[in-house]
Amino acid sequence: MTAILEMRNITKTFPGVKALSDVNLTVEEGEIHALVGENGAGKSTLMKVLSGVYPHNQFEGDILYRGAPQKFARIADSEEKGIIIIHQELALVPLLSIAENIFLGNETATKGIIDWNEAHRRAAELLAKVGLSEATTTKITNLGTGKQQLVEIAKALSKEVELLILDEPTSSLNETDSQALLELMLEFKRQGITSILISHKLNEVAQVADTITVLRDGKTVRSFPCDKSPEVENLIIKDMVGRELTNRFPPRDAEIGGMMMEVSDWNVYHHLHSDRHLIRDVNLNVRAGEIVGIAGLMGAGRTELAMSVFGRSYGQKISGEVRLKGQAVDVSDINKAVELGIAYVTEDRKEYGLVLENSIKHNLTLANLDDVSNGVVLDEHAERQVSREYIGKLNIRCSSMLQDVVNLSGGNQQKVVLGKWLNAHPEVLILDEPTRGIDVNAKFEIYTIINELAAEGKGIVFISSEMPELLGMCDRIYVMNEGRIVGELPASEASQEKIMTMIVKSDG
Amino acid sequence: MQQTANAPASVTEAETKTTIGSYIKANMREYGLLLALIVVMVSFQIMTDGILMKPLNITNLVLQNSYIVIMAIGMLLVIVAGHIDLSVGSVVGFIGALAAVLIVSWEIPVFISVVICLLAGIAIGAMQGYWVAYHKIPAFIVTLAGMLVFRGLTLALLQGQSIGPFPKSFQKLSSGFIPDLTGMEGTHGLTLLLGGAISLYLVYANLRNRRAQLRIADAEEPLSVFILQNGLILFAINYFTMLMAGYRGLPNVLIVMAILIAVYSFFTSRTTMGRRIYALGGNEKAARLSGVNTQKLTFLAFANMGFLAALAGLVFAARLNSASPKAGVAFELDVIAAVFIGGASMSGGVGTVVGAVIGAFLMGVMNNGMSIMSVGIDYQQVIKGLVLLAAVIFDVYNKKKAG
Repeated sequence: MTAILEMRNITKTFPGVKALSDVNLTVEEGEIHALVGENGAGKSTLMKVLSGVYPHNQFEGDILYRGAPQKFARIADSEEKGIIIIHQELALVPLLSIAENIFLGNETATKGIIDWNEAHRRAAELLAKVGLSEATTTKITNLGTGKQQLVEIAKALSKEVELLILDEPTSSLNETDSQALLELMLEFKRQGITSILISHKLNEVAQVADTITVLRDGKTVRSFPCDKSPEVENLIIKDMVGRELTNRFPPRDAEIGGMMMEVSDWNVYHHLHSDRHLIRDVNLNVRAGEIVGIAGLMGAGRTELAMSVFGRSYGQKISGEVRLKGQAVDVSDINKAVELGIAYVTEDRKEYGLVLENSIKHNLTLANLDDVSNGVVLDEHAERQVSREYIGKLNIRCSSMLQDVVNLSGGNQQKVVLGKWLNAHPEVLILDEPTRGIDVNAKFEIYTIINELAAEGKGIVFISSEMPELLGMCDRIYVMNEGRIVGELPASEASQEKIMTMIVKSDG
Repeated sequence: MQQTANAPASVTEAETKTTIGSYIKANMREYGLLLALIVVMVSFQIMTDGILMKPLNITNLVLQNSYIVIMAIGMLLVIVAGHIDLSVGSVVGFIGALAAVLIVSWEIPVFISVVICLLAGIAIGAMQGYWVAYHKIPAFIVTLAGMLVFRGLTLALLQGQSIGPFPKSFQKLSSGFIPDLTGMEGTHGLTLLLGGAISLYLVYANLRNRRAQLRIADAEEPLSVFILQNGLILFAINYFTMLMAGYRGLPNVLIVMAILIAVYSFFTSRTTMGRRIYALGGNEKAARLSGVNTQKLTFLAFANMGFLAALAGLVFAARLNSASPKAGVAFELDVIAAVFIGGASMSGGVGTVVGAVIGAFLMGVMNNGMSIMSVGIDYQQVIKGLVLLAAVIFDVYNKKKAG
């Protein structure tokens, strides 16, 4: 066998972050090569480098395709060589038909006039290849996610694919669809198409991959042949998480008090598709002064769980019970949840947390305007006092409280979101990825604030995809996968391997 | 107060002094707009050989633009909330027709008719707001439908004819002036007194507000800008009331406008509800997740727009002294243009009442000045269109530079 693709010493820097450093990847002709690693390990970045999303002058290192060095300036350049990437979020136009989508940007046209008969004929051929029995005139919106995935693959095949890259192809598929997709990958292998599979689901990786490359913190850890033995998964897990815990977390003496919040038998369905059962029979609790982590991979349902508890701000057909300090409470809308003392610090601060074009002052007081007014008229004086208090307490670095939050750094923006919720005087804080995308020092400051809040006797629910963070901060960790709690560990017994194993086991 | 003294020291370090330059830069939009209005007025004053600032013309200018200003205030709230209302021109026509039918044809007392018309306006706004707020139907579509429906209903009510004239008491709404109680010779004493009192009160209120700001951290404006601004307020208000006192004094409708501007400025800048509307327009998801009842606020913004459109409809009918099927045609465009010229953002969350009012007057002065100079209606439209485009380009460019 010869190498179809060699990526040598790839280094890619974003402002302030080294996303990839000296990554090497060699893919042999005709194999299925799995690329695994934790969230943020650099898998998607590496594939974007390969496909030309990041042009050749924006990273260092070499790409050799069939032995020849390549300089891709845009996606079309890599596609021309037969390198096709199918992204995690599908890139189909919902209201166009299957045939229209397959040939979008690549129409069967002469001089700009489309030959629809030809298009539908070829689309039908491609659908047969991927094993999808649907009319080529069906609109994408009428297909389930699994079938949409197949249309994406058919689209890739229409472009004479030689190297197919699938980014988390099964993350939103059910068991049967996932198996069908894996079978299809094996079928492509028999036809001589090389594939790169990016996946969190290690059982699937172990099932189909010929070679596995593990990335961690933007570096290649190891590349080894997959012998399809049961030990493979454990090997991968070790490589994925094998990082030293340094003292990145402020010390803390936990004083855990009485029961603060209990959520029981919690069930939630998808906000649009009422038949998708997203959260299943979840039970969890948090005590006063306790930091409880929720671990899980992307798409495990952690955000959906948090938002549905916070005033049903996500989902439909929600059932279950929430108790605060032993009392059953009504959290059916956001105002009620806030009044009861629940705060939810959102995952995406720009999209859901901040009014970016407004000042720090306006953002800090938004969740509790009643405190700085007589109910109707705002008290400018009180507002400034509150803003000043939180800017000082949280050490928000800004030129003045009148500065628009859009001009703050990520860490300081996050502090404003935290400040907004602290100003609502909550008893329970649900923090969803509170340190995403901010630098190490700002992280340490946020951790310190969280510890102080716990010391004040608040109950903290800490959702994070970074396991070291959970292990370093929490007293207890719930492990979530596919909408269920699949395990619960005291922090003293938890390790990344144990958590990863719980997730993988539950997939099986 | 005690708390202030104990506040951590780091805050004072973090808060650097606002310099004049950085302040003007940050508030380029507001000052640019004011400057534009002054430049336009001065140039027309010169080009029209002083006709623009004649007491009679200034009074006319106010009367001609009153209904646009009234609606611009309501439209500002709708646009800040992230929506748009295309139906206001038709609502003006419809409410005028309704008033004519009630007062002229059915001879219902003016006061009762006015109340019925205002309630009808609120109901119209509420109906449209209901679909936008609670069913997420795009405002553009809902109010485009409303524009057609209420234009049609205007024609139906009037059966294609104009109805008029209105009784004297109704006409007063637009063409009346406040009585002079002082009995001064040659000038309108009460107008002068009102101008003096209002301008002094505004300066006093600004001063008080600034002192409150200074007690915690820095004031929003540097001292020099503050002095200049208040000097300008004193001068402008007294100058204009002096001009108007030379004719028949303050028109009733100006008093109504002044009250509306004051009330809505206060509402947008100083009340919890006003603040929440800005948050809703700036980032609806974040506002909702902060416990803001976004649906109710959207609904109320439209209901309020209906109310102000009805008021404008009454003022317009009173001014024309008849209700005509054509009344209010294309008003929505002037109103929306005024709000955008006044610095509001298409995507919501940004804009001020005073900006919208200045925007309306900027257009009004241009209309008036060009008419005096006998520029044809054709080129007037061209120029107005270009001014709107220039104002928005200026905004976008400014924002890009800042971001």
